[in-house]
Amino acid sequence: MSEVKFSKEHEWITIDGEVATIGITKHATEMLGDIVFTELPEKGSSVEKDGTAGVVESTKAASDVYTPISGEVVDTNQSIVDDPSKINSDPEGSAWFFKLKIKDKSEIDSLMNRSEYEKFAKESAS
Amino acid sequence: MKVKKTSLFNLHQKNGAKFVEFAGYQMPIQYKEGIIEEHKYTRAHSGIFDVSHMGQLFIIGGDDLTKELEKIFPTDLTNLSINKSKYSFLMNDNAGIHDDLIITKVDNGFMIILNAACKENDFKIIEKKLDKKFDLKIREDLSLVALQGPEAKHVLEKIIPQSNNLKFMHGNSFTFEDINIYITRSGYTGEDGFEISIDNSKVESFVEILLKNGSKLIGLGARDTLRLEAGLCLYGHDLNEKISPIEANLKWAISKNRINSSFPGSSIIKKQIDEGVKKIRVGIKPETKVIAREKTKIFDQNDKLIGSVTSGTFGPSVQGPIAMGYVTNDCSSLNTKIYLEVRGKKIPANVCDLPFYKKNYVKGEINVRS
Repeated sequence: MSEVKFSKEHEWITIDGEVATIGITKHATEMLGDIVFTELPEKGSSVEKDGTAGVVESTKAASDVYTPISGEVVDTNQSIVDDPSKINSDPEGSAWFFKLKIKDKSEIDSLMNRSEYEKFAKESAS
Repeated sequence: MKVKKTSLFNLHQKNGAKFVEFAGYQMPIQYKEGIIEEHKYTRAHSGIFDVSHMGQLFIIGGDDLTKELEKIFPTDLTNLSINKSKYSFLMNDNAGIHDDLIITKVDNGFMIILNAACKENDFKIIEKKLDKKFDLKIREDLSLVALQGPEAKHVLEKIIPQSNNLKFMHGNSFTFEDINIYITRSGYTGEDGFEISIDNSKVESFVEILLKNGSKLIGLGARDTLRLEAGLCLYGHDLNEKISPIEANLKWAISKNRINSSFPGSSIIKKQIDEGVKKIRVGIKPETKVIAREKTKIFDQNDKLIGSVTSGTFGPSVQGPIAMGYVTNDCSSLNTKIYLEVRGKKIPANVCDLPFYKKNYVKGEINVRS
C-alpha cells in the first residue's frame, strides 16, 4: 500500500496496485459537521479527475465529493450510505467512499503528501 | 456595518461555539458536540438558546393603544388578558408577511418579540402607524434566552420557584438576584419550555446556573432542525412579504372575531378565507433518504411544476429527511404523491401532516393547530 495522498478538495487517496481507495479527510468532516446523507458513484461508471463522484450532506448543506484521479469505479462503501455518521467517526479509515481502477497513474503525482495537505488545510481554514 | 455580539458571546466562545453571522449578529451555529447531539439533548433533556438577537419591542399605553394595535395586527387584543401571549403577523396591504411575531399583554402595554432580521423594519412600520401617539422602544438592554425540552421546567424551577405554574403562552414577572425578569412559557422547538427576558448584565450568570443544573447550550443549527421537525415556519424562508398567513396555512393565528375588521391586508385575508388560495404551505416527506433543500422544485405525477421547497433538512428525531414547501392547492391534500428535483433526479415524496415530530405542550391553550 502506498503513502496516502491528498487533494485540494479535501479527499484522501491510497494506491494498492491498480486500485485506488478514496475518501474525505478528517479536516473536511470537521468543516461539514454531522453528515446525514451520502451518495456514491455507481459501480462500473467512469469518473474523471476533479469531476464529481458523490455527495455528502450535513444538516446544514450539501457538498459534492470529487475524485482526485480518473478511473472506473470498482467498489463503493455501502456502510457509509446506511450510516453516514461513520464518516464523522472514522473518515480516514473504515469510512472510505469508493475504489477506482486507475486510468493514469501520473495523475497521482500532482497530489499533496500529508504534511503539504495539513499546511494547505490550515491555510484554507483561516 | 459592524457585526454585533450578544451579551452571551464570551460564554458561547468559552463553550466551544462555532460562529456564523446571522441578521447582523455573531451567533453560535453549534458547539463542540454538533447539531445532532444538541438536537437530541433538547428533545431528551433541556437546551439553552441565546435568542438575544431578536427584537424585544415594548409599547406603552392603555385601551387606546389596544385599539390602535388592532388596526395593525389581525389579533384580538381587546380580549387578551394580562400576561397572555398570541402568535401574530405584521402584514402589508397585500396580506404579505413583514414578520411573524409574538404579542404579550403586559402591565403597562404590550411586549412584541420580533425576528432579528426584521426588527428594524418592523419598528419603522409600527412607529409610523402609531403616529407618535405612543412610546415604543426596542429594548437593547435586555437579553432573551429560550430554555426548551422536557426537563426545562425542572431546571428553571430550581432557580425561579413558581415558574412551572405558568401555562403555555402565558407569562409573568419573577425575581432573579434582586432584579426583575419576565418569563413566558413558549418556544420554537415543539418542546415544552420558556423564554426568559433578562437584563444584559445578569444573563451570563443566569445561563451559568442553567448549565450547572444540567442544561446545555444549543446553537442555531439545532434550533433550525428542531423547529422544522415541529412544523414551525422560519421567516425569510417559509414566510415572506409575498406570502399571506392563509397561504402559509396559519389561518388559526387570525383571530376569528377580527376577520371582518380592518387591518393591513384584511380584504385579501377575507377573500382568501372565503374563496381559497392558489398555493399553500404543506409538510413534505421524501420517500428516500435524499434531502430536498430550500428552492428544490416540486412536480406532480404528470411532471408539471407545482411549487418549491422553502425549508428542508435531515430531522434527527424523525431519523430522515423532512421538508416544507408551497404547492398548488390541487396538490395539497394529505398523501398526495409529489416529486422533488434534486441534482437532476426526481425524488418521490408525499404531502404529509405537520408537525413531523409531536410532543405535548403543557396545557393551557393548544396553539399549534386549530
